[in-house]
Amino acid sequence: MGVYEALQIIVPSAIFFAAPLIFTALGGVFSERSGVVNIGLEGLMVIGAFTSVVFNLTFADRFGELTPWLALLVAMVVGAVFSLLHAVASITFRADQVVSGVAINFLAVGLSLFLVKKMYGKGQTDQIQVGFDKIDIPVLSHIPVIGPLFFANGYIPSYIAIALAFVVWYILFKTPFGLRLRAVGEHPMAADTMGINVTKMRYIAVMISGALGGIGGAVYATIISRDFSHATISGHGFMALAAMIFGKWHPLGAMGAALFFGVAQSLSIVGQAIPFLKNVPTVYLLIAPYVLTILALAGFIGRADAPKALGTPYVKGKR
Amino acid sequence: MSSNRVTNFLVPVFAVLLGMIAGSIVMLVSGYDPIAGYSALVYGAFGDSYYIGETIRQATPYILAGLAVAFAFRTGLFNIGVEGQLIVGWLAAVWVGVSFDLPKIIHLPLAILAAAAAGALWAFIPGFLKARFKVHEVIITIMMNYIALHVSNAVIRSVLSDKGFKSAKVHASASLQSEFLQSITDYSTLHYGIIVALIGAVVMWFLLEKTTKGYELRAVGFNQHASQYAGMNVPRNIILAMVISGAFAGVAGAMEGLGTFGNISVKAGFTGVGFDGIAVALLGSNNAFGIILSAFLFGALKVGALEMPSSADVPTELVDIVIALIIFFVASSYLIRLLLSRFQKEGK
Repeated sequence: MGVYEALQIIVPSAIFFAAPLIFTALGGVFSERSGVVNIGLEGLMVIGAFTSVVFNLTFADRFGELTPWLALLVAMVVGAVFSLLHAVASITFRADQVVSGVAINFLAVGLSLFLVKKMYGKGQTDQIQVGFDKIDIPVLSHIPVIGPLFFANGYIPSYIAIALAFVVWYILFKTPFGLRLRAVGEHPMAADTMGINVTKMRYIAVMISGALGGIGGAVYATIISRDFSHATISGHGFMALAAMIFGKWHPLGAMGAALFFGVAQSLSIVGQAIPFLKNVPTVYLLIAPYVLTILALAGFIGRADAPKALGTPYVKGKR
Repeated sequence: MSSNRVTNFLVPVFAVLLGMIAGSIVMLVSGYDPIAGYSALVYGAFGDSYYIGETIRQATPYILAGLAVAFAFRTGLFNIGVEGQLIVGWLAAVWVGVSFDLPKIIHLPLAILAAAAAGALWAFIPGFLKARFKVHEVIITIMMNYIALHVSNAVIRSVLSDKGFKSAKVHASASLQSEFLQSITDYSTLHYGIIVALIGAVVMWFLLEKTTKGYELRAVGFNQHASQYAGMNVPRNIILAMVISGAFAGVAGAMEGLGTFGNISVKAGFTGVGFDGIAVALLGSNNAFGIILSAFLFGALKVGALEMPSSADVPTELVDIVIALIIFFVASSYLIRLLLSRFQKEGK
């Protein structure tokens, strides 16, 4: 097996695994750039996965091919609403943002499993029947060598995820809204003095992170797991958090990191089929994303600085 | 100041009450009978000697995990990596438990110390990175959790078993299990670990409140700059605080490895005990005595929940919802304090 054949296995599956991480990590970028730590990404993904699977199972007959798209939309809305809890606790009630995020994670798992048992009488839903179609991107997939690797036979949400990273970059760095959002995360008092409503900006940012986290979970459930149980989302939210930090709180960096983690994840699964990786114990591939994040944070891979006001509630008039 | 102390006591009590009320609303809305649900919960936690034994057994690792989280909190750190430190502690305890043949008086303490050392080592890394590179410990400890999970699974598969899914049982000389405790509780899984956990609580109280080092650790947590100005070695104290916290977490793992299970199996996901430890510590106001109380409360909730599906048809996850809401309410104590101060003003 040559390198190109190996890449043909690794690259598409890396993109496949990376898509949910990209969505969620972009959500994390919004929240943390506004100064609100969001450990709750994991819980938001759980809620998104749960919502999309339940919606898909319930309405697949009525909406047919449209179902997964509508499920994505519903998961987005539910994720945004659910993240309001985090926003209220950490922005209005000045709760410790990490603690509130932990509570979000607990609540998401508890609530969704409670409802699964209530609705289906068992701890796991059935498999969904309607998923996304695989497509070849017109034109791009005909480019020799890289076309078949990157642009053929992929799921549409994966491509949306990558495109979205550029959109988020534009919003954060090229629009007044993005400037305000970043200002609130760096120096809320200065932002407030300039007439920016700190509380409002932070609420918006957290809800966007909830919406994107919901989509991330929904994409994972619809494409990868295809059902919902307690183990559907196990650490993917935290991996998205790691991707966001590894990407230095920058949308494109977060996307790159998520793609890279996707490679690690896909290697730990398809690695057995690839000759020169067969002898690497899977444990190294499993821990690679986490070890790399630690190294990145410790400054071995360039310096990663968090937004200055990250984790501190803004109290008007307090210096 | 007395009213402040009363408020500190009332906040957790109110949080639990609000959590339980919210839980009953959830039950009502989803068509269950809250009275039947909570009766089943109480029966399943304290109904007879078997259930009491199980509740105490569940509280054992909760006390230690709560102490680990609280020790870090008191020294200005957030150790969200108790889960990972607990897993490596569990692994180390079982490893020592199956590898040596020693008299009990040496073997058992050795296994527990090994667990403490493993947990301490796992916590040393985030402590060191925080002290040396100013990296936030929350992210590092989360990453360390996953590394602990995957590495310990790999060790169980390759070292502690022959590509199997669990290790052998620890030797009797390293076991905390007790036929006496089992027989008086109608053969529950109660073991001597509860004594270790209570000793742990006393150790934490003594260390933090009665020693110079404890004062230093708290001072560094409170204000690094002032501590440094007063001549304290800030980086060393950060590392030490993290290491002690990790040691408590490791011992919590030993309770599972030497007591409850007697071995270690490959895990698909986290045990949850370390994360519940965050709830225990918060509710216990990071105070050794408060942690014992809140560990028993959470132990009772978790064990009692198992009775809910059969007697009241309520899914066990209801308790997870209640616990999550309790954390929310404790975390948002600003809200509860605000309400309490309103009431006090009206009283006057």
